[in-house]
Amino acid sequence: MPTVHSVLPSLAPLMPEIILGVGVMLLILYGAWRGERSAESVSIGALVLLLVALSVVLSQPTQGRITTLSGAFVSDTFAKVMKTLVLLGSSATILLAHDYFRRERIERFEFPVLIVLCTIGMMVMVSANDLIALYLGLELQSLAAYVIAAIHRDDVKSTEAGLKYFVLGALSSGMLLYGASLLYGFTGTVSFPGIVSALNENAGFGAMLGIVFVAAGVCFKLAAVPFHMWTPDVYEGSPTPVTAFFASAPKMAAVSMTVRVFIGALPDVTAIWQQIFIFVAIASMALGSFAAIGQRSIKRLMAYSSIANIGYALIGLAAGTEQGISGLVIYMVIYLAMTLGAFAIILSLRRRDVMFESIDDLSGLSRTHPWLAFCLAMMMFSLAGIPPLAGFFAKFYVFAAAIKAGLVTLAVIGVVTSVVGAFYYLRIVKIMYFDEAKEPYEAMAPGLRVVLALSSVVVMLFFLVPGPLVGVAGRAAKSLF
Amino acid sequence: MLGLGILSGLLIVPLCGAAFLLTLNGDEATVARNSRWAALATTVVTFLLSLVAWSRYDTTSAAYQLVESHPWLTETIRFKLGVDGFSMPLVLLTTLLMPICIGASWVGIQTRLKEYFVAFLVLETMMIGVFVSLDLVVLYLFFEGTLIPMFLIVGIWGSKGRIYATFKFFFFTLFGSVLMLLGVIAMYWEAGTTDIPQLLQHRFPAHMQTWLWLAFFAAFAVKLPKWPLHTWLLDAHVEAPTAGSVILAGVLLKMGGYGFIRISLSMLPLACREFAPLVFALAICAIIFASVAAMMQTDIKKLVAYSSVAHMGFVTLGLFTMTEQGIQGAWFLMISHGLVSSALFLSVGVLYDRMHTREIAAYGGLVKRMPLYAVAMMVFTMANVGLPGTSGFIGEFLAMVGAFKANPHVAFFAVFGIILSACYALWVYARVVFGKLEKPSLRNIKDLDTREMLMLGPLVALIIYYGVHPGPILDTFAPSTDALMVSMKAALSNTQTAAAALPVPR
Repeated sequence: MPTVHSVLPSLAPLMPEIILGVGVMLLILYGAWRGERSAESVSIGALVLLLVALSVVLSQPTQGRITTLSGAFVSDTFAKVMKTLVLLGSSATILLAHDYFRRERIERFEFPVLIVLCTIGMMVMVSANDLIALYLGLELQSLAAYVIAAIHRDDVKSTEAGLKYFVLGALSSGMLLYGASLLYGFTGTVSFPGIVSALNENAGFGAMLGIVFVAAGVCFKLAAVPFHMWTPDVYEGSPTPVTAFFASAPKMAAVSMTVRVFIGALPDVTAIWQQIFIFVAIASMALGSFAAIGQRSIKRLMAYSSIANIGYALIGLAAGTEQGISGLVIYMVIYLAMTLGAFAIILSLRRRDVMFESIDDLSGLSRTHPWLAFCLAMMMFSLAGIPPLAGFFAKFYVFAAAIKAGLVTLAVIGVVTSVVGAFYYLRIVKIMYFDEAKEPYEAMAPGLRVVLALSSVVVMLFFLVPGPLVGVAGRAAKSLF
Repeated sequence: MLGLGILSGLLIVPLCGAAFLLTLNGDEATVARNSRWAALATTVVTFLLSLVAWSRYDTTSAAYQLVESHPWLTETIRFKLGVDGFSMPLVLLTTLLMPICIGASWVGIQTRLKEYFVAFLVLETMMIGVFVSLDLVVLYLFFEGTLIPMFLIVGIWGSKGRIYATFKFFFFTLFGSVLMLLGVIAMYWEAGTTDIPQLLQHRFPAHMQTWLWLAFFAAFAVKLPKWPLHTWLLDAHVEAPTAGSVILAGVLLKMGGYGFIRISLSMLPLACREFAPLVFALAICAIIFASVAAMMQTDIKKLVAYSSVAHMGFVTLGLFTMTEQGIQGAWFLMISHGLVSSALFLSVGVLYDRMHTREIAAYGGLVKRMPLYAVAMMVFTMANVGLPGTSGFIGEFLAMVGAFKANPHVAFFAVFGIILSACYALWVYARVVFGKLEKPSLRNIKDLDTREMLMLGPLVALIIYYGVHPGPILDTFAPSTDALMVSMKAALSNTQTAAAALPVPR
């Protein structure tokens, strides 16, 4: 029925986004009606909503590539995997945030609502198949994220973080938009498949300029060097659950967006953007590893750690091959588990309503909280890439892709910086295990326990059954090529 | 059982023991007592299981035996286990040393006993895993996995300079092994698999062998350790608790030698021949410098550590002669050194438990108060020197024969190592055990108790037994050595004919 089709596009691929969109409207209405008291029920509602969307995403067909909305929105295995990660990251954030906000007395129903809105934006980014859809998703995600950063509005640091994030984020969005408009101007289309066929003949200087600007905008969202300056400040200033959020779900979305643009729209001009990402990967790994050594605040350390990790993930993209993207997907899955686990532990360092955020506060944690210290130690060893923990497999696959693509120098620099990076992860283990114990902290909140348990299982036991994830990542990568 | 073979069992039993230890609860004394016995029981069971594996092992065959293969990362990277003549003795060495290590920690370790034994049992799984894995990725997994428990063992239960030592140990090893990881990946893309038996059939192109060899050399040379990368070993040995030193010297160093034989010699013979002079030079430096340095030490543990460096120099020397005698000798020396250096560290530990110092100057005349100890220590010292009749002799002798065959000059310099080892080992023995018992603190020192005799007794027996009757060990890896020699010769002659064929005009 071509006529009906032209009137109403197929909505099935959009189902998770629609569910989230309708649900979040209802939550806003409910929150506005009940006022501040509704915070808890809105949190639960948002969590349920995210889990429903997750189950819908998981039940979508795995085969093939479905586009809708005149080709602006694509649903494939890659989208499915990355949306799962985004939804898991967002759900975990709500679990992590609940207790924190209640005890800091800044519990507001807007927070879960903004998380869900942000999630919709991220899911659109993941599925975007033209420049406009991409930008729409990006802005929805970013605007929600600016507000979330400043959610603790009576706190100077939090508002500063929000403002800083907003100003620099707007600048980067501008760069991305400028690059996108150049690409549109020189190819005559915004659709990714259209750009592929237009650039197939020749990439002129204008299109190249466009690619460079898009890459700059994307690097900002990824927090990759040289556009990383906002990261440590925003991570430190935001309330810790928000930091956990920024380090998890939006990273997944930003990576997917990067893959969509560069693998989806520019696969034939790899030579142009490959050098950009090789540089960005090297710079991010090096800066992330060296700058983290001197940090005293755990949140700043995690910020630099996320910069370094994005550097490793970008090795996969720089390879520009199917193996590279598969490695990238594996990296992001494992990075998500490690980050959320680490933040669950950071959030449980609380004693008599005071949060502890300095690395020295971990001193002797193995005496007072052996299990907590053990889990954090495993997260740190995993982030350092020591087998048999999951982090090793993440690095293994991106390095494997780099060597296959002939980027041996990149791989060598990567492993060397990973050794440097291991130093600061190990320093945390040292402080927890070798130093003198301090007063014990309070017991963990149930939400934190859930997140920590799940991510610890992934990090520690991944090596027993790595097959399924490797297979899924391979299929996700295949769906793009 | 569940599709798992006996080698999986060897990996799983220590982990089960560790998991059981983690569940222990109650007051400190009970937990400590229970965890000691549980750890001992686990390691003894593992040892018995390894003996069962040994009884099923056919020593006349060069093939990989007890092989099991489970799906893992992909079809080309499987969780494959198996043993051959080179790895079987090392597995037995590991499982034998573990109960002894638990015994050595019985009273010496007072704090956080439960965690200590958990770390040791996890370490045992990792070490056995290195020797039984038949896939390079699995091997790498276990190879580097040993870092985590060892980092904690040295860092938590070590002596004063432990933090510096453990960081140094960790980073030296990690830096070497990440380069090896790249080598593994490069091999994977070249050969399409990381299955070790299949890689042995693959002929890597000559220029690639050079780079691969360097990448693997970085890992194994640090682990072995080869001079001048040995400095981590000195710190780690000195600061580690006794059992940690035993495992370091007895097993962890052997991983370097194992890597050389399993990967460098078997898969990259061309590069091995090309780099042999470099290895010889480093090995001679190691033998002579480390022996001279050992003589000047005031700390007994450091002296033993230097002597390890020197002996590992002999091992690499033997391996890279690429002769049958050299390889057999090196391998025998690996096993023998595993017993002897462990025994020496245990002996130092016996003294340290009593006097809490490792200074040579703090001792003297112990033979008057500790006759049993003096006898045991003498056997170990003689074995360390390489006296005929002890296991140390067989290995060094064969390695020297191989070296002489390959390059008499190398053998000439290496002989100095044997002379020097006699100097430092006998001198330290004389200073510690003989002489007058003058120091008032030593008046009441007690001789070996039952526990210590149980620890040292088997080692004394094995060192002498294998010294006079080396057959069992030599026979075990003889078929594997033959197979290795055949494949090496084939690979080397192939390229020679290819090289000879090149200049032929069209």
